[in-house]
Amino acid sequence: MRVTRGFKGKPRDTGATSDRLPPGQFVTQDFPVLTAGPTQQADLDSWSFALHSDGKLLVRWSWAEFEALPQTEHTTDIHCVTKWTKLGTRWRGVTFDDLMSAARLASPPYEYVMAHCDGGYTTNLPVADLQAGKALVATHFDDVPLPATHGGPARLLVPHLYFWKSAKWIRRLMFMETNVAGFWESRGYHIYGDPWREQRYSGDA
Amino acid sequence: MIFAERLDWQVATAAKFCRETQGVVTIAFEVPEWHGHLAGQHVDVRLTAENGYQAQRSYSLASPAGNAAEIELTIERIKEGEVSSFLTEELAIGDDIELRGPIGGYFTWDRQSSSPLMLIAGGSGVVPLMSMLRTRYKVGGKAPARLLYSSRTAEDIIYAAELDRLAANGDGLSLIHTLTRGAPSGWQGERRRVDKQMLATHAFQSSEQPQVFVCGPTLFVETVADQLISLGHAESAIKTERFGPTGDKR
Repeated sequence: MRVTRGFKGKPRDTGATSDRLPPGQFVTQDFPVLTAGPTQQADLDSWSFALHSDGKLLVRWSWAEFEALPQTEHTTDIHCVTKWTKLGTRWRGVTFDDLMSAARLASPPYEYVMAHCDGGYTTNLPVADLQAGKALVATHFDDVPLPATHGGPARLLVPHLYFWKSAKWIRRLMFMETNVAGFWESRGYHIYGDPWREQRYSGDA
Repeated sequence: MIFAERLDWQVATAAKFCRETQGVVTIAFEVPEWHGHLAGQHVDVRLTAENGYQAQRSYSLASPAGNAAEIELTIERIKEGEVSSFLTEELAIGDDIELRGPIGGYFTWDRQSSSPLMLIAGGSGVVPLMSMLRTRYKVGGKAPARLLYSSRTAEDIIYAAELDRLAANGDGLSLIHTLTRGAPSGWQGERRRVDKQMLATHAFQSSEQPQVFVCGPTLFVETVADQLISLGHAESAIKTERFGPTGDKR
């Protein structure tokens, strides 16, 4: 760490929020949009969400079936690797645990999953980071349907990891035996992505 | 890939300043340990105050791909922006900052590519695209290339003179400016926001299978990408980089 001559900064994040701000992040009131390509526009009539393992379909829900699954509300801070943090965001969706129950899966077939999305985006996660209420497939933000620009109709929400893991336009979770790198993870970003350990890029401790 | 090793923070010394427009400054930094970058990549900049307070932001590299030990960042001063204000107004020649990179392995142009190169910029979104054009010029690229560049006014055009020179080289680059908030008399370019009609007129046709890079404010990129798809361009051929506020509170 080297002091920058003359830099004082305008720390906007004091008091209540400072212990909620991971290293290198700043608080935004806005909700930025970051995507490697065009926004995906899904047709709810043909939309489905599925779990796969060993190349086989385990279960698939239509939009109507998915909306009928148990709903969970979750208020959480989110942290983007591009440095912004948004505090107290309110989501609603289906927890990974409830998806497992609805699929009558007592335990996950493998320890890792790859999330697959419309547009071809992928991201890899340990199953343990989805369990025990830690992750939702979210369909609502602030009580209204999630807009396409922010990943609607459904995005993964794994808020304790950098937000690229919370894949927009999610359509499938595929269980996998080994931790294969997803889209950004194979392009220089960290395989796990814990904001509190500032795991932005591959090689970060 | 350039990411084999850990991206350590490196000391970068400000060597040169160039005011591009009223709110935009290019800073050349000496980075002795720089290992090189691809056109379109960015760096993370870190500033540290005496009291230990730190701020980090990402900035696109403006200089051409390669491993020169001097790199350029073009920085737009953001209102209330603690890092951009400091860099554009207070940093002086000889001052050190820290940076690490290069970052981003997707929004990059491969200099070997022979596909037509379609670049579409809004405001300071031109910066990573300029790195691509400078790289193309440096390597003598002849594949057709176009830059469609939207600015507010003529005074807000970044790299105006250099872009004119690049487009006058006769190496297949054409340059189309559009101004959204009034044009000077005698203005030859377009005079409105980029829309479907403008893209139909100035972008390569989808049948020419261009590689498309779109960079600018979020709403600009959303609009352009949606219109390109409606004109038949393949989603997978469109790479985007968005920045700035969305206005969304949710």
